Amino acid sequence: MENFTPVSGLIGGLLIGLATVLMMLLNGRIAGISGIVGGLLARNGSEVGWRAVFVVGLLLGAFAYMLATGGALPVRVEASLLVMVVAGLLVGFGTRLGSGCTSGHGVSGIARFSKRSIVATLVFMGAGIVTVFLTGHVL
Amino acid sequence: MLRMLVNLFAGALFGLGLAVSGMVDPAKVIGFLDVTGDWDPTLAFVMGGALLVSIPAFRLIFKRRRPVLADDFELPTKKDVDARLLGGSALFGVGWGLSGFCPGPAVTALATGLTPVFAFVVAMIAGMAIYKWIF
Repeated sequence: MENFTPVSGLIGGLLIGLATVLMMLLNGRIAGISGIVGGLLARNGSEVGWRAVFVVGLLLGAFAYMLATGGALPVRVEASLLVMVVAGLLVGFGTRLGSGCTSGHGVSGIARFSKRSIVATLVFMGAGIVTVFLTGHVL
Repeated sequence: MLRMLVNLFAGALFGLGLAVSGMVDPAKVIGFLDVTGDWDPTLAFVMGGALLVSIPAFRLIFKRRRPVLADDFELPTKKDVDARLLGGSALFGVGWGLSGFCPGPAVTALATGLTPVFAFVVAMIAGMAIYKWIF
């Protein structure tokens, strides 16, 4: 467990929790990123606007991190371009079919004690663990 | 206007949290999913930190009749676990394990300008469009 970073993980998690709470308390919306990005495909302008602003915010957060630390965003992509495209298709289709992702189900849904979100989180974590086991240790 | 500022600020806070926690890094997320390898439990601490704030706050928030700046809370109405929830979550989990990306970190990591990140996000939006086209 040499890569384990519990303190920065916990601090980052608290920030994510705070963002989730602000969205619900002030705007009454679930901070679920797959729903927010998926909703950008709507034709209704009022549905697109707030979601686009939230996405711009995500990028501003990344730039703020880079400014504050004076370094690059720590992003290491190890999969090939083809695998990234296949994975992107699965993540996009799967999160819409399953009504959410790590944020919508894993944070907002579990925080509401939603049975659907608890089940969804167990399923995508289980599928992720099996996938990494197969690609990393078997294939 | 105020609501738009909330969207922007909450988005930035969320993106900053993903960066600080290291969850924008697909290699780190795969380290969490790799339970039989060199396991990195950080993701559990990120989710735990987020829930530490959101569970008690949601209990208080839902005592209100409405949000501060909007007319209603927009919450999912489905209550039952169905095949779509299970199948969709399983497909998502496979894609997550293959790439190390889920939607939030992938979008946030666009700030790096890296080609594979763009490829993932474009494919993800295409996957969402395919869903919309089929259903």
